[in-house]
Amino acid sequence: MSTTLQSDISDATSSNAALRRFLHGLPGVDQVGAEARAASLGSRSIKTTAKQWALDLAIRMVDLTTLEGMDTPGKVRALCNKAMRPDPADPTCPHTAAVCVYGDLVSVAKDTVAGSDVHVAAVATAFPSGRAARTVRVADTAEAVAAGADEIDMVIDRGAFLAGRYLDVYDDIMAVRQACGPAHLKVIFETGELQTYDNVRRASWLAMMAGAHFIKTSTGKIQPAATLPVTMVMVEAVRDFRAATGRQVGVKPAGGIKTSKDAIKYLVMVNEVAGPDWLDPDWFRFGASSLLNDLLMQRTKMTTGRYSGPDYFTLD
Amino acid sequence: MSRTDVRKTYKLYIGGAFPRSESGRTYLVNDFSGALLANAAKASRKDARDAVKAARAAFSGWSDRTAYNRGQVVYRIAEVLESRRAQFEVEVAAATGASGAQARAEVDAAVDRLVWYAGWTDKIAQVAGAANPVAGPYFNLSSPEPSGVVAVVAPDSALLGLVSVVAPLIAVGNTCVVIASQAAPLVAITFAEVLATSDVPGGVVNILTGEAAEIGPWLASHMDVNGLDLTGVADADLATDLEAAAADNLKRVRRAGVEDLSASPALDRMTRFLETKTVWHPMGL
Repeated sequence: MSTTLQSDISDATSSNAALRRFLHGLPGVDQVGAEARAASLGSRSIKTTAKQWALDLAIRMVDLTTLEGMDTPGKVRALCNKAMRPDPADPTCPHTAAVCVYGDLVSVAKDTVAGSDVHVAAVATAFPSGRAARTVRVADTAEAVAAGADEIDMVIDRGAFLAGRYLDVYDDIMAVRQACGPAHLKVIFETGELQTYDNVRRASWLAMMAGAHFIKTSTGKIQPAATLPVTMVMVEAVRDFRAATGRQVGVKPAGGIKTSKDAIKYLVMVNEVAGPDWLDPDWFRFGASSLLNDLLMQRTKMTTGRYSGPDYFTLD
Repeated sequence: MSRTDVRKTYKLYIGGAFPRSESGRTYLVNDFSGALLANAAKASRKDARDAVKAARAAFSGWSDRTAYNRGQVVYRIAEVLESRRAQFEVEVAAATGASGAQARAEVDAAVDRLVWYAGWTDKIAQVAGAANPVAGPYFNLSSPEPSGVVAVVAPDSALLGLVSVVAPLIAVGNTCVVIASQAAPLVAITFAEVLATSDVPGGVVNILTGEAAEIGPWLASHMDVNGLDLTGVADADLATDLEAAAADNLKRVRRAGVEDLSASPALDRMTRFLETKTVWHPMGL
């Protein structure tokens, strides 16, 4: 598979027709089978020390996110402090992977997390709709990177993708990746708007071929956001892409993951579908805000032996 | 042709629904003479956790209702209970061995108690609150507010005991998780059907059946529970342990010990789980 596919990939991007041929030549997703497999992976029971390990890993994988029109510098500073020290009462609690904010708040976030290992991710490219000229989207990205963003979360132009203008989407991603420089690029598909698992698989390959470091399900602004089966289709894609090209790409489900139980289901799925190589904050992330408090409550329950309550954790 | 019996499965009452125990366990419930009545669900700590979650979710909606509206809802429970009194008389008699007249008297007392507490919902603030005299151009008002989620161990009485502990809590705006009498849980679950059809929002009252000694400690130590009513705890050691666990987040505790349930109630069951909020307000604006 790998050698032919590699030459396929380099040929595929020569024209829109070739790209279309390649993407539509990917095997289709069996919807019923994918949903049944995701559901069966979600029924595993993870307890005691395994659960403790999973909770800590999930906390380390969180991209603590605030993407509201009403975000203020104060709110972002509070969020950053929470990311660095999620449970102030327990120094053994790990920090989250990153904070995720709008581009104009990157400098505030960067100042606050300075000296820690927490990254700053910025959404860019006319988030969340992605409806702007390429020059505007690229400038948006460049500004966030100049302000110090370590990671850029871009959205694809779903209109172009659904209309079959794959090469436009590919060129967009290439252009934004250029503008990213050293920053890592996460490409958001907004799977809730892509309609089918086949489209999700095609978008995954398209983004990986264009050089994405991460592929991400959703903006969190559209329902449905991340689901277990849709994330599984993407995890299969990164697994197959590494097998074909040798390059590893990360996955980030975002939106709608609110409980520890959900998060652990994702970890089980990643381990079973792609393998333990992806069980690392460098290769798998959760885009979330309320999830972190539930993880902390579960963690506290494990260490103290009594149920905790939302009164004891900050609202971000 | 003989007809197949349609027997009722007695389940838990959590968040307005009737789920089986998450653990899948049940226990045998006998009547007063020792003959098998039915199986009841045996709740686990996770059922207790789910019940607390449901009670917490229901709290803001229930406590934000006007006292007048809460009175209407509690009165509605009395109405529905009255309309199903024949069933309750039979179930109370089966559980306790009471005579027909005694069972009737217990249902009467339960309905009357609900009506009594329904009347108190919009009057307790006048009695438990105050307009405090202060040296300045201000009103200084102390008003009672519900504590939050209260966990209750109900006394070993088929119906009246349960009504006597639940009605005062919900009348003042608390939500509750009740561990029903272990010996007579079936009447409690039938009473849950009354609650479910009386405009009481789901989650305001949650009823668990099982062992208080097993579930009680999880509720007593739960950091999202604000009050603990130990009325039905007979074992003194257990009561001590539960009080100690409750101290961690300073729960309000009503200590163990059953008073005479047939006597007319005082206000203490309502005031025990109220917080006093005092506000200053300038005059003459």
